[in-house]
Amino acid sequence: MEYFLQQLINGITLGSIYGLIAIGYTMVYGIIGMINFAHGDIFMVSSFIALIVITALGLTVSTGLGLTILALILVLVTAMVIASVFGWTTERMAYRPLRGSFRLAPLITAIGISIVLQNYIQITQGARVKPLQPLIEGGYTLMTRVDANGEFAVRLSNMQILIIAITVILMIVFSLMIAKTSLGRAQRACEQDRKMASLLGINVDRTISMTFVMGAALAAVAGLMFLLYYGVIDFFIGFVAGVKAFTAAVLGGIGSLPGAMLGGLVIGLIETFWSAYFSIEYKDVAAFSMLAIVLIFLPQGLLGKPEVEKV
Amino acid sequence: MTEMTNSSARPGRHLDVPRVAKDLVVTALIATAIFGSTIAFRTVSAAGGLGLTTRFDVAFYVIAAVVVGRLLLWIFFWSKPAGEPAVEIPAGIKSGFAHVAARLGKIFGPAMLIIALVFPFLPFTDRYLLDLSILILTYVMLGWGLNIVVGLAGLLDLGYVAFYAIGAYSYALLAQYFGFSFWMCLPLAGILAAFWGIILGFPVLRLRGDYLAIVTLAFGEIIRVVLLNWYKFTGGPDGLSGIPRPSFFGIPFNRGEDGFAEIFGLEYSSIHRIVFMYFLILALALITNFVTNRLRRLPIGRAWEALREDEIACRSLGLNTTSVKLTAFATGGMFAGFAGSFFATRQGFISPESFTFIESALILAIVVLGGMGSQVGVVIASIVMIGGFEVFREAEQYRMLIFGLAMVVIMIWRPRGLISTRIPSIFLKEKKAVSADMVSQGEGH
Repeated sequence: MEYFLQQLINGITLGSIYGLIAIGYTMVYGIIGMINFAHGDIFMVSSFIALIVITALGLTVSTGLGLTILALILVLVTAMVIASVFGWTTERMAYRPLRGSFRLAPLITAIGISIVLQNYIQITQGARVKPLQPLIEGGYTLMTRVDANGEFAVRLSNMQILIIAITVILMIVFSLMIAKTSLGRAQRACEQDRKMASLLGINVDRTISMTFVMGAALAAVAGLMFLLYYGVIDFFIGFVAGVKAFTAAVLGGIGSLPGAMLGGLVIGLIETFWSAYFSIEYKDVAAFSMLAIVLIFLPQGLLGKPEVEKV
Repeated sequence: MTEMTNSSARPGRHLDVPRVAKDLVVTALIATAIFGSTIAFRTVSAAGGLGLTTRFDVAFYVIAAVVVGRLLLWIFFWSKPAGEPAVEIPAGIKSGFAHVAARLGKIFGPAMLIIALVFPFLPFTDRYLLDLSILILTYVMLGWGLNIVVGLAGLLDLGYVAFYAIGAYSYALLAQYFGFSFWMCLPLAGILAAFWGIILGFPVLRLRGDYLAIVTLAFGEIIRVVLLNWYKFTGGPDGLSGIPRPSFFGIPFNRGEDGFAEIFGLEYSSIHRIVFMYFLILALALITNFVTNRLRRLPIGRAWEALREDEIACRSLGLNTTSVKLTAFATGGMFAGFAGSFFATRQGFISPESFTFIESALILAIVVLGGMGSQVGVVIASIVMIGGFEVFREAEQYRMLIFGLAMVVIMIWRPRGLISTRIPSIFLKEKKAVSADMVSQGEGH
């Protein structure tokens, strides 16, 4: 029971990170109907940028709590801004020149960008894994159990609280942005009918660019949190995280923001429980199989609308 | 200032200076954000955690190069008024040109074939060139195999390398556990890969477009992860070594009494085996091409192409879309299986390293860049991509970067691929090439 509870907490934390990346996929897919193949790599780039800024600021665990939080906000903003530029450039290079071309063309360019980003980071930042000492320590012990095997404590660390809190706040902010602002209205309009939206005076290209930018900014948040939580990054983290986040987006129902978050949580939980109870080597297989199973039995996802096939 | 002199020096070209200046400033800012962050600073392991090294000079040169490159693009490509081609080509010359191109296109295939047949005997051909051409031919074969799935049936498969891996491991494992020879394993590898194509394909082929792409990608990864972790059976990350080399239909390539050289009265040379390998892969590739071309004319091939164009219409006309898709998947998988067992016998060593997603992306890029559905296009794209890869061999670190950039640039330059005309498989009076824009390729229904 205690072990289960601990895995639940870990799963929710991991799921929050996946959920944030999944929002980027779901928004882009919703608006242009294509997978942004480079999204996972933008997540990876942003965690490197976060690492650079943290190192530049000289943050360590001995820095005071108030100062750490201030510095982390600075790190977050920098990473979000630079990741947004990466996201915007991706759209500009891989998607905009091929708008109206056949569907496979932007997919190929996006794979190209993904390869470029991975190798660019490998060249400029080195191929070895980058370790980061934990910056935020401490936490709460929720439960302890003492038996023949020794003591087992269920712990909720400050880092986990931070990750879950930031995710919830960002979810609310972004949902409000989509629901209330004019940009959000434009995005929803483009999602429904791009031609009609442009007839009504919406700058479709700009709206699509802004969607990429928003997705990239959320991926940057996920990148920072991944870095702080795991403390190890390399140039290849984007690929696996990207596929899992896409699974989350599909599972939740593509195009739906709460769906992406829910899907992220489910994938995070599946992965954590699979590693905890079965085998850690096959955790990726579990996540990937989940993707296939979901697509076969529930193609519209948990919260998505069923797709109508028209002639 | 440069813009001014240029616009005055070239009559007929118009450069909107304020707009260009603004564009260049924005470019500089973006380049600073991208390269200034990741080139200028680099985290390195230092005593007691991480340290930071700076390389402002390199970052500055890269940013400057981007801005200058953009300026050159403005001057030479984007300065002409919209809607007016730079040079007006008279219609007569244009159609004549098309005629010559069509003629060339007709003899291109046979010419390539003759070159391929005599290539190993040309005076300048050495071991290195032979190895390179074997590699290119392997990719040509994989490209043709994938062309069945993507180009003809219109199913986007991002996990094609899984079948390649299945073929390679089938041969390696059958040879290791049962001592089967290459010639016994070759058909078995193909059958196994086709079989896996059906098993994997059956549940996922109801999916459309990008969904299918991502599921096939996931399957490719599953196969790789299983190969990596099933240590007892596949050797895990260590791979399998000591895979037997092929024999000349039972006659080994060795120095002994019963060796190839002795029997055919030749001086023993290690190049014999390489030449044999070359012809082996050439034959396999040609079989792939031949079978594909024949299949296109059979009802099943026509069903593939019909499915690619309009799935709903196919269903209304009574085609069983699932079985049509499955045959495409299985046929494509079978050829990858053949290629995989050839790969295993050529290398003598295989490990999951060789079957990563990048490999799938490379094969797909060859098919798409060549012009999907075009057989000659695959050959040209393989030579360009794999040959280009070799050219940049010196720049080991940068070649994947260049490869990715090339994918983006070629795709933007020619979205329909290098060969952008299609020959219809059935026709009324005369065979007429149509533009690739007329066929809905890779929509991935």
